[in-house]
Amino acid sequence: MTNEKPLLSMKGIQKDFLGNRVLEDINLDLAQGEILGLVGENGAGKTTLMNILFGMPVIQQTGGYKGTITLDGEEVHFSNPNDALMAGIGMVHQEFFLIPDFSATENIFLNREVTRYSLLVEIFGDRLRTLDKAAMNERVVQVIKELGVNINPDTLVSEMPVSYKQFTEIAREIDRAKIKILVVDEPTAVLTETEAEALLAVLKRLAAKGVGIIFISHRLHEILNICDRIVVLRDGKLIKDISSGQSDVKSIASWMVGHEIGDFAFHHTENHRKTENFLSIDHLKVLMPGEAVKDLCLQVHEGEILGIGGLAGQGKLGIANGIMGLFPAEGSVTLKGKSLKLNSPLDAFRAGMAFISEDRRGIGLLLTQSIGLNIAFPLMQVKGGLLKKIAGLFTWEDKKKIREITSSYIERLDIKCTGPDQSVMELSGGNQQKVCVAKVLALSPQILFASEPTRGIDIGAKHLVLSVLREINEKEGTTIIMTSSELGELRSICDRIAIVNEGKIAGILPAEAPVEDFGLLMLGE
Amino acid sequence: MKKKDRMHKGGVEKFIANFGWPRIIIAIFLLLLFVIAPFIGIDVGTSLSDMLVRVGMNGILVLAMVPMIQSGCGLNFGLPLGIIAGLVGAVTSMEQNWQGLFGFGMAVLFAIPLAVLLGVMYGYFINMAKGDEMMIGTYVGFSVVAFMSMMWLRLPYRNPLLVWGFSGTGLRTTISLTGFWMKVLDNFLAIRIGPRFFFPTGSFIFFALCCVLVWAFFKTKTGIAMSAVGSNPQFARAHGVSEDRMRIVSVVLSTVLGAVGMVVYEQSYGFIQLYMGPLYMAFPAVAAILLGGATINSATISNVVIGTFLFQGILTMTPSVINGMLQTDVAEVIRILVSNGMILYALTRKGKGTVK
Amino acid sequence: MKPKYSLKGALISNLVPIVFLMFAAFAVPMSGLSIPYLLHEMISRLARDSLLVLSLVIPVLAGMGLNFGMVLGAMAGQIGMVLVVDWGLGGMPALLVAALLGTPISIGLGYFCGYILNLAKGREMVTSYIIGFFMNGAYQFLLLYCMGSIIPITNPELLLSRGYGIRNSMDLPNIRQVLDRLVSVEVFGMDIPILTFAVIAVFCLFIVWFKTTKIGQDMRAVGRNRAVANGAGIPVEKTRILAIIISTLIACYGQIVSLQNLGTINTYNSHEQVGIFSIAALLVGGATAENASIANVFVGVFLFHLMFVVSPMAGKNLIGDAQLGEYFRVFVSYGIIAVSLLLHAWKKRHEMLERRLLENEGKE
Repeated sequence: MTNEKPLLSMKGIQKDFLGNRVLEDINLDLAQGEILGLVGENGAGKTTLMNILFGMPVIQQTGGYKGTITLDGEEVHFSNPNDALMAGIGMVHQEFFLIPDFSATENIFLNREVTRYSLLVEIFGDRLRTLDKAAMNERVVQVIKELGVNINPDTLVSEMPVSYKQFTEIAREIDRAKIKILVVDEPTAVLTETEAEALLAVLKRLAAKGVGIIFISHRLHEILNICDRIVVLRDGKLIKDISSGQSDVKSIASWMVGHEIGDFAFHHTENHRKTENFLSIDHLKVLMPGEAVKDLCLQVHEGEILGIGGLAGQGKLGIANGIMGLFPAEGSVTLKGKSLKLNSPLDAFRAGMAFISEDRRGIGLLLTQSIGLNIAFPLMQVKGGLLKKIAGLFTWEDKKKIREITSSYIERLDIKCTGPDQSVMELSGGNQQKVCVAKVLALSPQILFASEPTRGIDIGAKHLVLSVLREINEKEGTTIIMTSSELGELRSICDRIAIVNEGKIAGILPAEAPVEDFGLLMLGE
Repeated sequence: MKKKDRMHKGGVEKFIANFGWPRIIIAIFLLLLFVIAPFIGIDVGTSLSDMLVRVGMNGILVLAMVPMIQSGCGLNFGLPLGIIAGLVGAVTSMEQNWQGLFGFGMAVLFAIPLAVLLGVMYGYFINMAKGDEMMIGTYVGFSVVAFMSMMWLRLPYRNPLLVWGFSGTGLRTTISLTGFWMKVLDNFLAIRIGPRFFFPTGSFIFFALCCVLVWAFFKTKTGIAMSAVGSNPQFARAHGVSEDRMRIVSVVLSTVLGAVGMVVYEQSYGFIQLYMGPLYMAFPAVAAILLGGATINSATISNVVIGTFLFQGILTMTPSVINGMLQTDVAEVIRILVSNGMILYALTRKGKGTVK
Repeated sequence: MKPKYSLKGALISNLVPIVFLMFAAFAVPMSGLSIPYLLHEMISRLARDSLLVLSLVIPVLAGMGLNFGMVLGAMAGQIGMVLVVDWGLGGMPALLVAALLGTPISIGLGYFCGYILNLAKGREMVTSYIIGFFMNGAYQFLLLYCMGSIIPITNPELLLSRGYGIRNSMDLPNIRQVLDRLVSVEVFGMDIPILTFAVIAVFCLFIVWFKTTKIGQDMRAVGRNRAVANGAGIPVEKTRILAIIISTLIACYGQIVSLQNLGTINTYNSHEQVGIFSIAALLVGGATAENASIANVFVGVFLFHLMFVVSPMAGKNLIGDAQLGEYFRVFVSYGIIAVSLLLHAWKKRHEMLERRLLENEGKE
């Protein structure tokens, strides 16, 4: 299926983002009718690469990119998605870009409707043309036949099963004139097995017609099933470009995950006791959009640092959010034999749990308020601390005590600020994260959930946060459950690491286990 | 604004950015009016006194906006509910022929429980209507005013000074407070300088007291939680604060303040206006607090004070000065343009540092 | 997949008109007014006010909620009428000229209104409400101060005694019911203004046709999901402004039709209640801030005005107090909007939660 001249050729692609190099010297060729599988951990650069190809404005806004992209022999440089579309590149996203109250036809033809001329066009312009519903329906029927599925074009998207929505999106992309390349991003994530099979068949059919397909997925059996070639990205570099016939699951996993440990040494303490039933999580189900947990069972040992890893969107972030009551949860969680009430942050706090959220600015902080208030807030609201009684009637904030505590944390965590009264909004990301850490430290929790605690902060702050976590684990015996997308980070401080795949625990390994084993778990093998 | 820019802004620039152009324009406008006044033969002393009396009269109604803004419920267009509670309290106190400060106090005392009740009901509606609070507040307010209009006709008030003469039942549309507790607060410890200057000390003391109470409330555990709900509801929820509960508490507070504020208003105004009177009374209060620099989800006590002064200043000075200058009565038009213009400005601004 | 149809669902979405119908069934006999009389009144009011209420449909389509800013159109129409009276025009030409004058003013005001509403996305209803009040100030300024001084008014009878500023009210003897009477048919002793209804029908057809154009489709898309519409390249801001301009224009013509039926202009009051009553009528007809059909318009005008006419008499006969009936009527008007908005907000949240649950189920 390969021609001499590649359909798409990306050469020397390089992208910097806020001073970090997120893509380095990526060279990628796609032939006509070829299905290319793109594999990589979150943060490896897949999304960025596709954004560059697709001309997403965010690329332009953050300094553009280096390198060349050639489409059908001609060099192209897209600065907005519409240009990419016009040139024949279509993308099917994970979140459906459909209007639920519109029919399949209306969605497929959104802003590209087939219209009939009417006199008023002369006066008022093109938008006054009348819709030619018959013509559009005809075309939709044809496109749907091409795909080989069975959708009634008048069905409203809101009433379609998820797979049909997927197909509608694909139909839309295909119908755009002269589609040459189709990029699909985790397309089977929302489908049942049979639906996934149908989708893969559709993609194969499209490829047979000459459309080049870039297939992003972490489901290896699918990749090995339909892809002709596989490209593995890791930390912004292209690690391997190999035909699918010459690779296997294990090697792909190790290419995907294997990397330097980083500058942390292994350092585990053995002071955790394997207490029976310390924290038992049974059949946990969490409704967190994008990170849903489906049926998770996990035993946490007292005093350990447990890592939770996995690819993005597989559910690892949903665990802490569900238990701490931020998103609707079902199932049972027992702490030392006592059942914990779910969907109630207050109960979680009162049971001795605390949480550093991955959404620092949205959930973790009151941006307009001072450092002192942020640190004091949970302690005040949950435990009634830092308050003093006025005239025996009102409980007022104890400004003095708050200042004391805040100052001590500013010192201990080296928070760079002008003082406890500075507005949190003005701090850098790293220092904001330190405020979040201080906030939970003030509660002296029994169990601490830390989600992506070092995401997006500078190396110095990273060190400090991790060492503080290690410190409270060793000195105060706090059980820490740390969720992170950086496997290296987890391996450096955790005792055990659980990998979440498709909303369930795929497996738990000791931190020293070989890196490929983790990779396999992430890929669902 | 990028962090760098903000830190490098000069003193004046920073002041302007924080204060907002509309406020500055209106403050300068007001100053101008005061400056021009004597040249047209308008006595500054009397004008100043008028303005001060009006500040004392309206201050607490403006203060009533604060709790609901802080808790993220937006501008309280349903203030008429609190106002009605204040009216009921006043009329009930007058029914018993209670006079002076005692009569005033009893009016407030009667108003509060009703305000709490109405506030709880209103609070439930507000929680149902997340995202559309202001619109629903307006219409719940209107409906209650209309409903009470029916009630005023029927409620068993009998005091001949309150009801219609020939039928003996049904409250009058306008009831005078002469002989009851007209201006009791205004006159309490009032300061008079010369024949024209009058400072309504009592009203100001009461206003200041209420301001202090509200300020203190927001330093308590509940108050801090309430502000958090308005500033970042996800944060509040994640830390164990019940968003719904805080909103209801804020609505009750706003309604109670509205009731108290209405009684104060009446004593200064000298008349009680029933039936359709309270219909649009939320608007001046809303405009005033926005003029004072508040936004849809953040309001401080200083916003209340500055806003009331500026707004009442404009209302007092514009008619006399401009009418004096142009020999016409554009006061009404200016009032409409200024108050609604302020509200529009606030509605089109993004929230202050919120994460929505 | 066929949509679920349930009796419960139908009842809930049409709750408001049903309640009103029940109320009417009770109040009509109570009022003692005769059916023929009521019928005649309703027909007359349908002819008078339907066009005004119709102006609300397009902004709802575009997702901008209930457009209180329609009063801007009413003001434009009124300005047109004032000028026409001043120039001594009469009959149909008067109406046409008034419409002609009102058109550019409506377009300008509509643009202004739409522009501001774009700045206040998510708060359109409150904002349009306040814009109405704000513009009222400007309108008063124009008519109370500018007309007769800066803007020459030739007919001194229109002016206030002080020499400038338009009078509070004026009769329109040459224009009164011009449109209504032009083509009218007598049925059972009632005069039915055929031409007026024809004009209304034309606008209805316009709306129906409009929905079949590309721009109508764009507007629907913007109204349903701004993000997706934007992503598909539809010019969201411009489309929204256009919706408001159309609404303002229709309101302008609607006010002209309404004024010719009444035969008098209350210069400073006629337009004030127009917004509130039109919106109340639309809601009574079963519309919501997200969905409004032409049927809602007519059903709403009919029921709302029925209640309006019947309440005072019913109140008087039931309780012995006509004044109470008056207040009751006001209470119901406002209460209906409040209840309707509340019910709808509750329903919206309920639906959103259900949809989230369903999405997650699908991922099993």
